Amino acid sequence: MAIFLTADSRIIVQGITGSEGRKHGARMIAAGTNVVGGTNPRKAGQTVELSGRSVPVFASVAEAMAETGADVSVVFVPESGTRAAVTEAIDAAIPLVIVITEGVPVHDTAQFWAYACATGNRTRIVGPNCPGVASPGKSNAGIIPADITSEGRIGLVSKSGTLTYQMMYELRDIGFSTAVGIGGDPIIGTTHIDCLQAFQDDPETDAIVMIGEIGGDAEERAAAYIERTISKPVVAYVAGFTAPEGRTMGHAGAIISGSAGTAQAKKEALEKVGVRVGRTPSETARLVRDLVQG
Amino acid sequence: MDLFEYQAKELFAEYGVLIQRGRVASTGPEAESIAAEFAAAGQPQVVIKAQVKTGGRGKAGGVKLAASPAEARQRADAILGMDIKGHTVHSVLVAEDVDIAEEYYLSFLIDRAERTFLAMCSVEGGVEIEEVARTKPEALAKIPVSPLTGVDRATALEIVRAGGLPPRAQAGAAELAERLWAVFTDEDATLVEVNPLVYTGEGRVLALDAKVTLDDNAAFRQDWAAFADPTAVDPLEARAKAKHLNYVKLDGSVGIIGNGAGLVMSTLDVVAYAGEEFGGVRPANFLDIGGGASAEVMANGLDIVLSDPDVRSVFVNVFGGITACDAVANGIVSAMALLAGRGEQVTHPIVVRLDGNKAAEGRAILAGAALPAVAQVATMDDAARRAAELAAAAVHTAAGNGA
Repeated sequence: MAIFLTADSRIIVQGITGSEGRKHGARMIAAGTNVVGGTNPRKAGQTVELSGRSVPVFASVAEAMAETGADVSVVFVPESGTRAAVTEAIDAAIPLVIVITEGVPVHDTAQFWAYACATGNRTRIVGPNCPGVASPGKSNAGIIPADITSEGRIGLVSKSGTLTYQMMYELRDIGFSTAVGIGGDPIIGTTHIDCLQAFQDDPETDAIVMIGEIGGDAEERAAAYIERTISKPVVAYVAGFTAPEGRTMGHAGAIISGSAGTAQAKKEALEKVGVRVGRTPSETARLVRDLVQG
Repeated sequence: MDLFEYQAKELFAEYGVLIQRGRVASTGPEAESIAAEFAAAGQPQVVIKAQVKTGGRGKAGGVKLAASPAEARQRADAILGMDIKGHTVHSVLVAEDVDIAEEYYLSFLIDRAERTFLAMCSVEGGVEIEEVARTKPEALAKIPVSPLTGVDRATALEIVRAGGLPPRAQAGAAELAERLWAVFTDEDATLVEVNPLVYTGEGRVLALDAKVTLDDNAAFRQDWAAFADPTAVDPLEARAKAKHLNYVKLDGSVGIIGNGAGLVMSTLDVVAYAGEEFGGVRPANFLDIGGGASAEVMANGLDIVLSDPDVRSVFVNVFGGITACDAVANGIVSAMALLAGRGEQVTHPIVVRLDGNKAAEGRAILAGAALPAVAQVATMDDAARRAAELAAAAVHTAAGNGA
């Protein structure tokens, strides 16, 4: 089954004629993903050739959905156009929109998130500034490399792209049901908690790996949620123990302000509810391995 | 990006937010002449306020009253150059002495957990708001604000009433709050804070202090050139920024280069853990070269890291996801050639860990190049340990040579 993204997912790319949209659209198709179209209002009616497939370009998400039955959109438009693109996807009520674009102003994210809520949450938003969602062997929507891991029964949710790849690679022999990169911005659509619940409900997921980092209190909230609701085993990793206060570490959301958002506080909150927390990515992978094979 | 108080107040004034009037000075004589203007207007007493991007400057002696222009100069001379929590004072705000009757608190910010905006207001102002939140949480009103509907006068009145402001201050505070909201949204701020918001003896409500944090992601649609602060930026960070590299200077001796913010953050931690064994060796910097790093980007990164006089060893930690490790390895080889071409001798050991996409090919390229400074280690944990060990050894050698 996997979560959010299955073999039946029909995917469009918003911004398919741009360089990022083309590059990753082609990679997604090469990975076996069913990319059924893309959008660019100025190039509607044309096609783009990606990995040997002619992909039709539509004027809008609504039109693409009507013509192709698409149910997932991956957004590669530049940061200045992201708010309009996501708003368009919400208006079309597409079930899932994955926002890869980085550098989106937080006021824009707050706007489109509020809009999604105000219109009845018909569209699940993943991101922005995220690597996407991959269900190995089924579908790959975003920029997660398809060839570093295999299909299996671990669920992964992560704020970080490269740490996601590292973990998928270290556990490539065991494999993953779905990996969700939720992004490291201050405001994101889908959260750790949303993914934990989805993995809990997914019969094809046996164990969950959660990767967090400094900033905010998402990991602490996830810990409280795990204690109340999640019965499947969870292993976690938190990055940023050595990050100084008040300095942004790459991701807009990765900043410690005062006593809030430290890696130590997150680790303690998770361990308190029985989550095993690795000191390094490799140790975390070992903990998962022991759990699954032990 | 955080603004200085004087910059935040200039921004407030553009939006009609009532502020304590004043002007910025970077020398004693400048402060004196600003104070003289206030004196000529019938206000001989002024306040000299250190301009630093940190709290607690009052306690540190960075805020002083001056009764005359001459005293303003003395006070400014004493405050300029002070160190407040690691921030050097390069300028002071010379401001009118306001007759304060009451002090309140007002802010707009991002509520990450609820994924919306938040207004905070309290009748308890002029103290650290974290302190109020801890000791008298009932005195701090937190009101969610929808990004779709924002703050109009009616919402602003709700906010200041919820904060417990007395009726006589409510109209003035609500007007100020409505305008402050315009600053927050139109300027792409992630925080606008007034602490204290004061009610004066004459019955006016104004911002005595001002704090603004702007969202760097919005720089493409804002004109923030005036807010650039060359004095605050570490010279290496400035060089890195000019090369579009995401670099943060830290205080250790192992230079770090990696791809992806999360992996680099994790690399710092792993080096610090490994360094415990070698007398507390720590990472010297954060440097994310991003995905698809070219030879030039790698060369610029190595150049910046090796320019840090505190660096004793370098750890290049790359996981090939979309980036292929053979390209990264070629990047390192070209980078070393580029640096040699620039006449820069690489004497510090460079530990490289390549894993993921085309790792075997990448490792073979590095092995074939036989660069004397470069040592390859297969795993991230072992490579971190090796880099920490080499940094510790280099420190000992340097100490030995000095003796």
